[in-house]
Amino acid sequence: MDGSRDWPLWEVFVRSRGGLAHKHVGSVHAADAAMALEAARDVYTRRMEGVSLWVAPSAAITASDPADAGSLFDPAKDKVYRHPTFYSIPDTVKHI
Amino acid sequence: MHRGEATFRYALRLGDDALVLGQRLGEWCGKAPALEIDLALANLGLDLIGQATFLLGYAGEIEGKGRDADRLAFHRDVMDFSNCLLVEQPNGDFARTIARQFLFSAWRAPLFEALSTSSDETLAAVAKKAVKETAYHLRYSREWVVRLGDGTDESRRRLVEGLEWCWRFVDELFEPDEVTRALANIAPDPAALRPRFDAEVDKTLGEAGLDQPAARRAVVGGRAGRHSEHLGHLLAEMQFLPRAYPEARW
Repeated sequence: MDGSRDWPLWEVFVRSRGGLAHKHVGSVHAADAAMALEAARDVYTRRMEGVSLWVAPSAAITASDPADAGSLFDPAKDKVYRHPTFYSIPDTVKHI
Repeated sequence: MHRGEATFRYALRLGDDALVLGQRLGEWCGKAPALEIDLALANLGLDLIGQATFLLGYAGEIEGKGRDADRLAFHRDVMDFSNCLLVEQPNGDFARTIARQFLFSAWRAPLFEALSTSSDETLAAVAKKAVKETAYHLRYSREWVVRLGDGTDESRRRLVEGLEWCWRFVDELFEPDEVTRALANIAPDPAALRPRFDAEVDKTLGEAGLDQPAARRAVVGGRAGRHSEHLGHLLAEMQFLPRAYPEARW
């Protein structure tokens, strides 16, 4: 199973149904975008998980540094007023 | 030939094609060149085994002797199988598997399209479902033919060898016989599918930068139960368990 050693990594995003956002589900190895799309179809949508697929080169993703997590995310901790939980939402509204 | 007998034999041969190729593709499980390819070949194989279940089930129904799909799949001997010779050919390397899949799917796609408007409602329903699966099998194998043919010297050499191996079994796919002649209003004339097949092969091999393999004397006989030595070995593995333990359930 070393045939994919030279193939770059692609991140896979699946839209589970119309109206929902594409969600990251994992990655595949592939030589180019067309092969990545087929690999993603075969690896991640075998059980009717999706209606649409995105693939993006993993190298194109810029990630935050885990060491910066404190300064990036901790300041939000005491700002509970930013949550929309102080309003009542009608039962018929989904996917908030 | 009586129409019922012909429909039985037609459903049986299409089912045998799907069953044998599905089993062949399953042989790649855990051994393919990459995880992504391993899953892709298994998916193709499972599509085919699904088609075989419907087609053999229908054949058993028409026959009316109490044989269901499992009975037909696991309790017939090699000479009673009527699959085309192409599908029983050993996997070889990945390139030969792709060559076999591409030629098979390029024939099967127009066949199922034609069959989906058949006056036989069961065959039409099976074909309608299979059209989408087959379209993907063709897309997948076509892309790999282009990739390998237009790839490195080694991938090109291997694909050319794979196509050479498979090419002598192509003519059989388009050969009319007493079964297809008896089903003139139900199933497409096999010979009429050839132009679509040729166009697909010309276009894809052109994209891959390859010439069509040289014409060779066709090997035929699968439809009449005259098989290569390879099918017996395949059946031995596939049929062992249900024959050794006839009442086994899993």
